[in-house]
Amino acid sequence: MTMFLTITAIILIFIVIFQISKANEYIAIIKGEEKTRKQGNKINAYLMLGFMIIGLVGVWYCNKLLYSKTLLGVPSASDHGEKVDQMLWVTIWITGFVFIVTQVLLFWFAFKYREQEGKKVFFFPHSSKLEIIWTSVPAIVLAILIVIGLKNWYIITGDAPKNSLEVEVVGKQFNWIFRYKGNDDVFGRKYYKVIDEATNPLGLVWKDNEKLGLKDDEKAHDDIVLQQTMYVVKGRPVKLIIGSRDVIHDVGLPHFRMKMDAVPGIPTTMWFTPKYTTKEMKEITKNPDFIYELACDQMCGNGHYSMKGIIEVVTQQEFDAWMAEKKPAYLTAFPDKNVKTETTTTAIADNKAIAEKQ
Amino acid sequence: MSNDTTLHASTDAAHNIHGEHHEHHHETFITKYIFSQDHKTISKQFLITGMVWAVIGGLMSVLFRLQLGFPDESFPWLEDLLGKWWAAGGHITAQGYYALVTIHGTVLIFFVLTAGLSGTFANLLIPLQIGARDMASPLLNMLSYWFFFIAGVIMLSSIFVETGPFSGGWTAYPPLSALGDASPGSKTGMDLWIISMALFVVSSLLSGLNYIATVLNMRTKGMSMTRLPLTIWSLFFTAIVGVLSFPVLLSGFILLIFDRNFGTSFYLSDIFLSATGTALPNEGGSAILFQHLFWFLGHPEVYIIVLPAMGIVSEILSIHSRKPIFGYIAMIGSLFAITVLSFIVWAHHMFVTGLNPFLGSLFTLFTLLIALPSAIKVFNWLTTLWRGSIRFTPSMLFAIGFVSVFISGGLTGLWLGNSALDIHLHDTYFNIAHFHLVMGVASIFAMFAGVYHWFPKMYGRRMNITLGYIHFWISIIGAYLIFWPMHYEGLAGMPRRYYDYSIWESFKQFSELNRFISIVVFITFSAQILFIINFFYSIWNGRKETSLNPYGATTLEWTTPIHPGHGNWVGEIPEVHRWAYDYSKDGNDFIPQTTPIGADEKNEH
Repeated sequence: MTMFLTITAIILIFIVIFQISKANEYIAIIKGEEKTRKQGNKINAYLMLGFMIIGLVGVWYCNKLLYSKTLLGVPSASDHGEKVDQMLWVTIWITGFVFIVTQVLLFWFAFKYREQEGKKVFFFPHSSKLEIIWTSVPAIVLAILIVIGLKNWYIITGDAPKNSLEVEVVGKQFNWIFRYKGNDDVFGRKYYKVIDEATNPLGLVWKDNEKLGLKDDEKAHDDIVLQQTMYVVKGRPVKLIIGSRDVIHDVGLPHFRMKMDAVPGIPTTMWFTPKYTTKEMKEITKNPDFIYELACDQMCGNGHYSMKGIIEVVTQQEFDAWMAEKKPAYLTAFPDKNVKTETTTTAIADNKAIAEKQ
Repeated sequence: MSNDTTLHASTDAAHNIHGEHHEHHHETFITKYIFSQDHKTISKQFLITGMVWAVIGGLMSVLFRLQLGFPDESFPWLEDLLGKWWAAGGHITAQGYYALVTIHGTVLIFFVLTAGLSGTFANLLIPLQIGARDMASPLLNMLSYWFFFIAGVIMLSSIFVETGPFSGGWTAYPPLSALGDASPGSKTGMDLWIISMALFVVSSLLSGLNYIATVLNMRTKGMSMTRLPLTIWSLFFTAIVGVLSFPVLLSGFILLIFDRNFGTSFYLSDIFLSATGTALPNEGGSAILFQHLFWFLGHPEVYIIVLPAMGIVSEILSIHSRKPIFGYIAMIGSLFAITVLSFIVWAHHMFVTGLNPFLGSLFTLFTLLIALPSAIKVFNWLTTLWRGSIRFTPSMLFAIGFVSVFISGGLTGLWLGNSALDIHLHDTYFNIAHFHLVMGVASIFAMFAGVYHWFPKMYGRRMNITLGYIHFWISIIGAYLIFWPMHYEGLAGMPRRYYDYSIWESFKQFSELNRFISIVVFITFSAQILFIINFFYSIWNGRKETSLNPYGATTLEWTTPIHPGHGNWVGEIPEVHRWAYDYSKDGNDFIPQTTPIGADEKNEH
């Protein structure tokens, strides 16, 4: 019923607007078209001016309302992010200045040079001087932006320090899998054809397989495989080796200002140094529920919006304690090799249940 | 090839018109309105088909904004209207949402802003403004429209497929678009999507080649390239961009068809699908290859959309300021610069794909360089307004609106084009705000401006001016209210293409804002319906145009009769003696291009 009423109301409004507009045409004929046209011209000229003023106030008001909801006021959680933030502010000031100047000129000219009796138009087809000015000034400003940008770009995409903590991040529809190197400090071999959803989600090579030409890789035996949550250490560079099991995903870390695609068949990397632990960030943002979220930023299917991971930034001490509890995935898959495997098994089972729900 | 031979060749084939005696000859409904070879009729066909698609694409955005603005509310009528697949229980479903987002993007970019914009104005204006009786090949021109039409029918049919239309985003990145098991939309829906797009590419190529040939060969006597109106220059460059880039897109699609249907591995490697629990045999392909092929069109496509808009706006700003366009040669130069640069910036869409950092830095450099010609254009438009005598027709309002949103959206290009900053903002709402303003809203504004401006030439009647004013003010206010706050969502890192943000601690604070934006979307969309009503009402019932040259414009289209027949001019084709922008020169309000240069007049073009 409300639906019906709303539609009726909308149609009525349309009819009213339409009739008024139509009537205006007849009024124009009666009053004299030239006169009506000039009136309309004046009204629109003033509307232009009004739009500019209200628009600029609106820009300020929008900023006031929304600033605190963005990351503009939240310090970057990584060192690379700080460079991004610096750049962001330089760019905001430059583009903001140009925005205000050009918009004000546009609407002011529109208002000021509206058609008026007795005003003469200035025949002004070109001026080389002016054109050189507004080619070269933007060129210089752009050069500044490019230099800052490329400097940061090379730092961010450069090689990670030797002491980095390396973690493998693998996306799949619709969650994240993480792998740590284990005691030997080497990632063992993996091959996607031996993936077993329940016990071996990354396809670590644990067995000889003649058909696929695989040899059991000892180094894969101590690799630790986790889902949903990744731990990293405050102050220690972390290098993510990113891959995907099915379609293209993207490791999006808004608080660290970092992002990198996860492409099946082509590993990518990203590194940064976390600056604040999750606990510290809860205080900085004054949000007790704060968590570092890992958001998928590349359309990956109908569950894309729910593809969430969590990053816990902790101190080295906490990290070591946490790591000590973790058991290699190999032992989980083959319980007879070792008895103490409860934690990881349940973790994987839990996550599988979540994945199925999604 | 001269104008007359072309016309005769085509008309002999169609057996309908004979030179200038067409008014005595009977044309059937089918040859006049359906399989017409008259560029003016084809232009109207493109426009009206584009409008139908604009309404469909716009309605889709209304539906997905309903989900984004009101994720917790249920609207039972939605299920009655759309069925369970789209809106089970009155909620837009996730699969429905992604299908809507995907088709909205595809349809608006290709069907509305490419075919609808270029197709309409290139067909209408190229022959009329260069002084030709028709296109170089009226037959190809007609085929171009019908290929577009069939592409549209196939795209539309994909909406009714059981597994739904394609739903992997308009960019159609494989492996998602290649594997039906990864997403139901990648099954039959994707087959139809690719076929439709392939036919669309054919349509674009046919028309593009035709536009280029016409502009180069069929200009009337005296119409040198530097006397062409900027509309023609922009449409000419647009056609060149399209002809050079669309084939690359098609090649990408063909490889995708092979991967989908014939077991090849161009884009596929190392894939294990959770949905079926199977590992695929494909190895060695590169999913990134598709992105290079796609964006080699995809980025120039942005200029295919915005260049004609720039041309239309330049023309309208000049006419209604009663001033010559400022820096005509610089305007052509900047169009040319944009055309060239458009081919070497595509990978700025791929900064976070693991691109080689050195390549990335080159693409950053070229991308930011585009700001230069864009800045020149903006400053030239501003100077065109300066000390003019502005007449605010609805077309002029939309042209000024174009400049405003083009500035707003263009400046954020400096953020996103800078690779290091793009890492943070890539694929967030900041990006949505950027491209909707700079290419979506800007180009549709230019399209409105063009329709209001040339409506009298198309239909011999005028559109209602008051409705035009209302349409403009609601549209520009709406556009800013919708897209301005999205910059802030992007600055919070909020990813695009999410169905629901409520499970995200980092993004759920925007639920109120999303509701606000959705409400503005509904109102702004309604204002577009006003335009549609105005348009169709005015075709039959608008005030009759009585003046040959209602705006006091210099260009050739206003030297034709109010209802020009096929062939455009009765008698001789006019001869051109000057450039298109002699407004307010030497005390004359305007001097038509057909007026010979006076004895003591300075002539630069």
